[in-house]
Amino acid sequence: MSPRLPPQGDSVDAIPTVRIEGNAKQAIEVGRNRLLVAGMFFAVAFTLVAVRLVDIAAFRGGGEPSVVRESSATVLKTGRADIVDRNGLLLATSLSVPSLYADPKEVIDVEAAAQRLITVLDHLSAAKVAAKLKATKRFVWIQRGLTPRQQYRINALGIPGLHFQREERRVYPQGSLTSHIVGYAGTDSVGLGGLEKQFDGMLRDGAQPLKLSLDVRIQHILREEIGRQMVKFDGIGGAGVVLDANTGEVIAMVSLPDFDPNLTGAAAEDARFNRATLGVYEMGSTFKIFNTALALDSGSATMNSGYDATNPIRIARFTINDYHAKRRWLSVPEIFMYSSNIGSVKMALDFGLAAQRGFMGKLGFLAPLSVELPERGTPITPSPWRRINTMTIAFGHGIAVSPLHLASGVASMVNGGIRWPVTVLKRDSSARTVGKQVISKRTSKQMRQLLRLVVENGTGRKAAAEGYLVGGKTGTAEKPGESGAYARKALLSSFVAAFPMHDPRYVVLVMIDEPKGNKESHGYATGGWVAAPAVRRIVSRSAPLLGLLPMDEESPEIRQVLEIELLAEKGRKRLASF
Amino acid sequence: MSTVDRTDTSVIGNWWWTVDRWSLGALALLVMFGAMMVFAASPAVAERLHLGSYHFVQRQLMLLPVAVVLMLAISLPDPLAIRRLACLGFAGCIVLLILTLVFAAEIKGAQRWLSIAGFSLQASEFVKPCFAVVTAWMFAEWRRSPGFPGHWIAIGLHALVAGLLLLQPDLGQTVIVSAVWFGQFFLAGLPVILVFSLVGIGAVALVGAYFTFGHVRDRVDRFLDPAGSDTYQVDRSLEAFANGGLMGTGPGEGEIKTFLPDAHADFVFAVAGEEFGALVGLVIITVFGFLVLRGYLRLISESDLFVLIAAAGLLAQLGLQSFVHMASSLQMIPTKGMTLPFISYGGSSLLALSLGMGMMLALTRKRPGRGGMS
Repeated sequence: MSPRLPPQGDSVDAIPTVRIEGNAKQAIEVGRNRLLVAGMFFAVAFTLVAVRLVDIAAFRGGGEPSVVRESSATVLKTGRADIVDRNGLLLATSLSVPSLYADPKEVIDVEAAAQRLITVLDHLSAAKVAAKLKATKRFVWIQRGLTPRQQYRINALGIPGLHFQREERRVYPQGSLTSHIVGYAGTDSVGLGGLEKQFDGMLRDGAQPLKLSLDVRIQHILREEIGRQMVKFDGIGGAGVVLDANTGEVIAMVSLPDFDPNLTGAAAEDARFNRATLGVYEMGSTFKIFNTALALDSGSATMNSGYDATNPIRIARFTINDYHAKRRWLSVPEIFMYSSNIGSVKMALDFGLAAQRGFMGKLGFLAPLSVELPERGTPITPSPWRRINTMTIAFGHGIAVSPLHLASGVASMVNGGIRWPVTVLKRDSSARTVGKQVISKRTSKQMRQLLRLVVENGTGRKAAAEGYLVGGKTGTAEKPGESGAYARKALLSSFVAAFPMHDPRYVVLVMIDEPKGNKESHGYATGGWVAAPAVRRIVSRSAPLLGLLPMDEESPEIRQVLEIELLAEKGRKRLASF
Repeated sequence: MSTVDRTDTSVIGNWWWTVDRWSLGALALLVMFGAMMVFAASPAVAERLHLGSYHFVQRQLMLLPVAVVLMLAISLPDPLAIRRLACLGFAGCIVLLILTLVFAAEIKGAQRWLSIAGFSLQASEFVKPCFAVVTAWMFAEWRRSPGFPGHWIAIGLHALVAGLLLLQPDLGQTVIVSAVWFGQFFLAGLPVILVFSLVGIGAVALVGAYFTFGHVRDRVDRFLDPAGSDTYQVDRSLEAFANGGLMGTGPGEGEIKTFLPDAHADFVFAVAGEEFGALVGLVIITVFGFLVLRGYLRLISESDLFVLIAAAGLLAQLGLQSFVHMASSLQMIPTKGMTLPFISYGGSSLLALSLGMGMMLALTRKRPGRGGMS
């Protein structure tokens, strides 16, 4: 493209004609006038910029440099929300701590630096520190999460190339008390277990603390009492639950052994295992609660029915016998009170396989719990579900569920027959959760009477916390050994209770894994000896904290509600006439 | 300067007595201030990019003498030679712009830099002054030679340049080029009704850009609703001005500048505001305003329409670019990456501005009788 011009277009040598001259003159006049307009535009624009500049520089902020905004913004972004118990007590929080790193390029004398550094960080070895300081990288961590004193002393060493970075560290003021529920977060504040994992995303950008249904006071009592029994009976583990029977909220839940979430690196695999929700166990006789409830609810038996428990049942290669064998006909309350396997099996055969499987499903025993923890065990259920399974499930073998499953099932047996979803988060009283009716109110009332009977006269007498009308059921299951055969010595002893029995507020479950009998228990390691006393202490210690007043257990009103004794007496009399 | 005699008729002597020495002085001030600012603003950015602290300083200081010599050399020839030079330059730039689209690597979502012999060249910078002179010629011919469709050619060339720039995409340069082009059309006597129509078309085009280009929408949204979005850069920029106050923190004492991602280029005015204070900022504004307004005042007595339009266009480009830069960093308009002429870091920008200002100086030199061109 060359500047070749159209005819007579070359302006430099153009021969002006009069007309063009006039035209050009007019054009240049317009151009000059408009130049003034353009000039005005720029004058105004630059003036505005000048005014704005002075306004910002002279009348905003000033003096104090506002670089702090940079750091405050980062803290806000990474600040992980707190976790608190139902009363607002702190269970997990985040602190800003200094971490030490080095830029090896800036370190002058590596060996000297390492030697001096270990005078403060004495758990590190000089050789390892020196190796880090020799790295070719520009950034190596030396130690994360220093105390302020350590930071001060390292600073005082004045070693070039060492720098601090503020980091967030998760702190659990309650230590191991709620370890399995709250869980824990790793070095970079990433949730790795429990609620910290389940709600990781929410905690990360949530400013509101996560409020749990737990009550730290009850949690402490539960943990202490289960720990006591574990030591006393030399158990390998233990689990316990205190559940609000009318809302499904977990008030306390313990799995022992536990761990300190502040020191997760040191925790053993077994300690991290949540026996209360992840472990599934054959619960044994506590399942007779459901067996009896189904028999009564389906109408296959009444409180006045009786079954022949004279002889053991032989099926295939098994023999089903009674532990507290009476060798006679037993009424339904007696079967429950004496925990008769023979009677329970016969009751189950009356309502049958399909009804049993359906009922287990209704109770939620065939699927993992809906609780908000990542550690949820899947129940082990018979497949196919045969007649023999129906017989063993009658007394709690052949189906394995988590302890929390059991507590939740018992809650719906005593609270009027409603199954509430279990939760570890505090329920909003305004947001009404819909429960599901699983048994009739009438059956539920009968179950309360039967459970009370066990504590008054049966296998659970050691659970009687005076004034709190405890009702419950023992369970002593034989654990399947390596080979799958049941080992008599390895027991799972439990007691599941509710109180106060005329209008149950709370369900308490205590389970001790592999307790060994001692002198005091005359060699027994059954639920009645191992778990029931713990329940008694838990109830008498917690009830006042939960706002329950002790009552006169012999008062006529309460007697009337829990009039089972009369019925049982009547039944026994009637049976005696057989 | 008494070293050049009034009667000296050599090229240099002639130049010295005809060039506008006030404009020359203002430009010299800007160049010196630019050299100072590259020391203040670029080391922090260079360190963040893991280059040597003085990486940008060295490059800029090597280019500054080249730029000054280029500007002075271009200011020597007469208007006819300038026009021819601009035409050649314009043709070359169009070729380079096409090559850029074909060969250039994509940086931050756009193809803008063409790598030639180790020097990355931003053709869009060089096209601006050349285009201003070429369109000035076309508009002048349109008015001077009845029947010559100069304005249509100018419209066509504008469509070509704007199209090539939008393909990169480089909306900022497109807006500057179009605004200057429109200003020149206005000076050339565009009927008032069409002035308003073109302003309307421009507005529609900008709204279109808002919906077409994600980053444009993003920036406009941030400007209109600073609370609801991330306005990190411009927040830091305002903090820098506030931190500097009237007197500034002193050279090298700025703190906010270390958090400004583009401190050496798109936000150099904020660094100046922090370290040298608002008073020096006002001096910078004054120098730019002086250059533009003095040029315009001198052009009012110009009798050659081509010179008037061309020089006004070149000055408008300088003025608009500095206005957009300063107004962005003061959050008066949406953030638009735009260099501050002669002060921001950037080789292509510096050389292209030297070219433009060199042409401006050449065009506005006193010519015998002032009528030499018409």
